[in-house]
Amino acid sequence: MSLTVLRQASANIKLPIYLDYQATTPLDPRALEAMMPYLTEHFGNPHSSTHVFGSTSADAVERAREQVASLIGADPREIIFTSGATEANNLALKGVAAFEYEHHKGRRNRVITVVTEHKCVIETCKHLGRDGLEIVTLPVNDRGFVDLGELADVMNDETLLVSVMGVNNETGVIQPLAEIGALCREYGAHLHSDCAQAVGKIPLDVNAMNIDLMSISSHKVYGPKGVGALYMRRRPRVRLLPMTDGGGQERGMRSGTVPTPSCVGFGEACAIAEAEMESDNERLAALRDRLLEGITASVEGVSLNGDRTRRIPGNLNLSFTGVGGEQLVEALSDLAVSTGSACNSASVEPSYVLMAMGMGSERADASIRFGIGRFTTEAEIDYAIQTVAEQLSRLRGEK
Amino acid sequence: MDCYLDYNAEAPIKPAVCDAMRDAMAQVGNPSSVHGYGRQARRAVERAREQVAALTAAQPGDVIFTSSGTEANNLALKGTGRGRLLISAIEHDSVLGSATDASILPVDGDGLVNLAALEAALAEDQTPALVSLMLANNETGVIQPIAEAARIAHAHGALLHCDAVQAPGRLSIDRAQLGADLLSLSAHKMGGPQGIGALILGDGVEIEAQLAGGRQETGRRAGSENMSGIVGFGVAAELAEDDLADVARIASLRDRIEAEISALGGGLIGNRVPRLCNTACIAMPTMPSETQVMGFDLAGVAVSAGSACSSGKVGPSHVLKAMDIDRGLASRAVRISLGWRTSVGDVVRVIDVWTDLRSQGCGGSAGHEV
Repeated sequence: MSLTVLRQASANIKLPIYLDYQATTPLDPRALEAMMPYLTEHFGNPHSSTHVFGSTSADAVERAREQVASLIGADPREIIFTSGATEANNLALKGVAAFEYEHHKGRRNRVITVVTEHKCVIETCKHLGRDGLEIVTLPVNDRGFVDLGELADVMNDETLLVSVMGVNNETGVIQPLAEIGALCREYGAHLHSDCAQAVGKIPLDVNAMNIDLMSISSHKVYGPKGVGALYMRRRPRVRLLPMTDGGGQERGMRSGTVPTPSCVGFGEACAIAEAEMESDNERLAALRDRLLEGITASVEGVSLNGDRTRRIPGNLNLSFTGVGGEQLVEALSDLAVSTGSACNSASVEPSYVLMAMGMGSERADASIRFGIGRFTTEAEIDYAIQTVAEQLSRLRGEK
Repeated sequence: MDCYLDYNAEAPIKPAVCDAMRDAMAQVGNPSSVHGYGRQARRAVERAREQVAALTAAQPGDVIFTSSGTEANNLALKGTGRGRLLISAIEHDSVLGSATDASILPVDGDGLVNLAALEAALAEDQTPALVSLMLANNETGVIQPIAEAARIAHAHGALLHCDAVQAPGRLSIDRAQLGADLLSLSAHKMGGPQGIGALILGDGVEIEAQLAGGRQETGRRAGSENMSGIVGFGVAAELAEDDLADVARIASLRDRIEAEISALGGGLIGNRVPRLCNTACIAMPTMPSETQVMGFDLAGVAVSAGSACSSGKVGPSHVLKAMDIDRGLASRAVRISLGWRTSVGDVVRVIDVWTDLRSQGCGGSAGHEV
């Protein structure tokens, strides 16, 4: 079927096709519906404890806290609402370091992280490095994994914190959190995991995995933007100093009015994810396989970036030989895809994540991230395959 | 229907704001993505930036979106790199908490900052300073002489930060005329959504980001933009300008509450100086604030005893304490704050309930008195 025929056959396809689910997910209509009462009649400030408008909002926030906690096997009291995963990552890393310095004179001084972490973890670690902490950045192998042996080699009794993401935002590769958690316990180090891309995509249990701090983003799990959470273990208690001072909301860990409608939408999105993760994943894996098989069957010189199996089903990161990344994105204008993380998408540098996996800059540059999700249809996948096939042959023919 | 008179804690979201947010939430796209959906989200964010800038007669490029007024205040106080901080004793908790080493400027019995003390403090120490003063107090509505304070600050090479969270829709705000080098706003105090605020910078003022991460907000605040929140904020900012036409009505409603209640023995606080049109701080004879607010709540009237952030706390507010209001009077003060939806019916209702509570208080239920 040619693209023109497909186009006619699928008049209901909205172009460009949204295939950037790792940058942000559409808000699930059910989450929006849950939010609406709190954007209209239930407008109270959740911290107004003196009247029913306030307590109605506070009850809704607490229900949302339970929904978020439940998805990761946590206690609701361990959930601190933040403005997003970036703030949660900052709070976790800077907060733990600040507490250690204030109360233990920085006896534990080492922070171990991984080269493929999200920009905000890397930048926060740099910040901690300037403050005098020793930052150890581990490499990854060609499939995107951190090596447990290498991690064990750099762990010691001075290790304060290990920060490893659950799922990489560019490749979808899943890190072995449970094994890393066990290792951290051995050394009494805290494990922080940026799970912005993992929550609602893979089963997570903070207790089984020995995760002490976890960053969560609402808008990557079909909830609204502008809200996220930090999970903070209570037993054994993880202590940190807050970054934002003020009214002392969120158990003193994060001042500022908690946004009720956003929390409600976030909570609902987590509840939906908990109920539907398995069926979503089955469907997404089938779509992902269809996309991969469709593209490899019709295009030469395609390689998959990141491990083939230990990745979330909603991500496909492919490199195309002989074409440039920017050129590719331009040619694939019918598809809303990206060449790296959204935060870096204005930059023209090849992805540091793919480079860290040992790829040359040419292959890293010629990579495309296809992010598929809950609202992606088979017709959209077929259209995407056709588009890639036609555009690649056009680009290569031009040479 | 319940009677809501706690606008300084939270203003109900305006319907046009809700509609705009609903549309924004139906769109997909991260404003930092380069594809069409990302660019569409980016346009929505930049349009809102213009709307928020216009509210304070600022340039769009000077607006940094934050997650709240609290975050904006934290960013202002921690991000300028000024080694010396001077703040008034009646600032919001987010300013007080961000500036624990600050010199505290006293206020007088009307709640006005002592400018002579500001001048003297700046003259005695030449360390580059940041002065932080709120435009209008959240508990009393008292308006500070910001432009004058800014002139003094600037004469000594200091920067002035102004927490203007309570002002939109109640006062017209011109950042440059106020002389504020940094100015904080919060959307949910003006009929916008919770979870979004802004810090507005003056010409040439630089700020160091407090959140590390992506290069959003021109490197001054990392984190994916809260697109729908920002869109709602933009609409609320535009509508806040319309609210200025409603100021006379709101003021007359507030004045009626004060006139009738004070005739029954209520003590008015902060009413002798210029203040916001919507705020009344009133002490009832004999009944403590906590008992009053419970009584109001049971009668379906929402008021508060101080700021929402500290509404779990006991003891008189730091604001009234700084004004040297008699401790007994301060412990019986309640804040009544009005806004865009407030009607004459609400006013009659709050006066009625106040009157009932007043007679209960006089009825010898001494057990209520803490």
